[in-house]
Amino acid sequence: MPAAETYPDDLRYHPEHDWARIEGEEAVLGITWFAQDSLGELVHYEPPAVGATIAKDEPYGEVESVKAVSDVIAPLSGEVLAVNERVVAEPEIVNEDPYGEGWLVRIRMADPGEAETLMDADAYRAHVAEQ
Amino acid sequence: MEATLERTPLYARHLALGARMVPFAGWEMPVSYEGVIAEHRAVRTDCGVFDVSHMGELHVEGPTAHAFLQGLLSNDLDRVGDGQAQYTLLTNERGGIVDDLIVYRLRAGQYLLVVNAANRETVYGWLKEREPRGCEVRDASAEYALLAVQGPRSLERLGLPPRPAFTHELGELDGIEVLISRTGYTGEPGVELCCAAEDAEALWDAVLARGAVPCGLGARDTLRLEVCYPLHGADITPDTDAISAGLGWACALGKEFTGVEVLRRIRAEGPARRLVPFVMEEKAIPRRGMPIAGGGEVTSGTHSPMLDRGIGLGYVPAASAAPGSELTIDVRGRPRRARVVEKPIYRKEE
Repeated sequence: MPAAETYPDDLRYHPEHDWARIEGEEAVLGITWFAQDSLGELVHYEPPAVGATIAKDEPYGEVESVKAVSDVIAPLSGEVLAVNERVVAEPEIVNEDPYGEGWLVRIRMADPGEAETLMDADAYRAHVAEQ
Repeated sequence: MEATLERTPLYARHLALGARMVPFAGWEMPVSYEGVIAEHRAVRTDCGVFDVSHMGELHVEGPTAHAFLQGLLSNDLDRVGDGQAQYTLLTNERGGIVDDLIVYRLRAGQYLLVVNAANRETVYGWLKEREPRGCEVRDASAEYALLAVQGPRSLERLGLPPRPAFTHELGELDGIEVLISRTGYTGEPGVELCCAAEDAEALWDAVLARGAVPCGLGARDTLRLEVCYPLHGADITPDTDAISAGLGWACALGKEFTGVEVLRRIRAEGPARRLVPFVMEEKAIPRRGMPIAGGGEVTSGTHSPMLDRGIGLGYVPAASAAPGSELTIDVRGRPRRARVVEKPIYRKEE
């Protein structure tokens, strides 16, 4: 079942519709409810390699629906520690649970200060309302 | 300035159902309601309904209509009797495909052409320019709505008897007068229902009340691709010929029509490239325009909901066209393996 529209308060948001959950020096990244809803049912996730370096505001992977492909933009810079292999096998998990089981990568942040440049949930909700 | 998009008589119904609307061939059309995959499965297992009122309907009538169309269309119109229909191509002097369409013989000297939305004006202009004495071409697209009701349970749900494919008859569905055609674009049993534009909402409501699932253009594309029906503007164009596209079966090369000499030559020499169906052997979704190693190109690609893998159609050198041939597709810089398969890509297990 598709998830209901939510933007959890404990996450930080990038304007390209990506979220980050900061956990000490690490962060978990994914795409927002708005992003998955715009794409429709996901059928493919092309992840980065574990160990790869990703850069804030740059694409680090791709997600595809039946109709379209979309770059996933990194909200933060860092080194990829883990890729969600369950989403590689069953991409529709992102539609069902975009902030939980549908996470995309875990990284070690290169510059924890970058998190300050991201939006909080209220600012992101306002950003979505303008789309 | 953005051009104004046209809307079918069912526009308000689509919005009321919460459809995601997209521009398509100059029309604002539903791409999906609940979701492409659910709609696709509904058509493969039960019954779905598509609003295809954006397609064009051209009447060609008069004592010379038959000879006129026989000289322009690739298939043999002599084989089409009253109450029958035929898949055919409008070809140009180079043997290219101006449009693929279905011609209905209503009665002697009265034909109805159902053409692609994107090509309606081109086809109308093409015919009008060449219209001979004793024949009139008329664009009646605005007068009609067209619903495709498709799926293994569609006849049962509509209460219609089985009939041979490519036949049509005037009839009635829940009190609404319709032209019922045994045609479609999904590979499933079903009908296309043509009614007066003012009856469109009543017909749509009647079909939904009988249990058909509303389906958008997204599922229409995945369904047709699984059964390898070409899409004009993607797989076939004015620059591709019918023989290379595998549509030689719709070309009566023994008769005279526009571009037939070119097609005879290609048939005799063998095409340099062929349009082939393929299935991805690695996780990746092919998309239109992706290069195929060795000098080919993907013309249509998607994720097959039934096979749960990437599938597509593309032109490849004739030497790589046999089923079983391995292809390498450039998926945004990543080489991904695919294999040429027999048509159709998806076949129901009996």
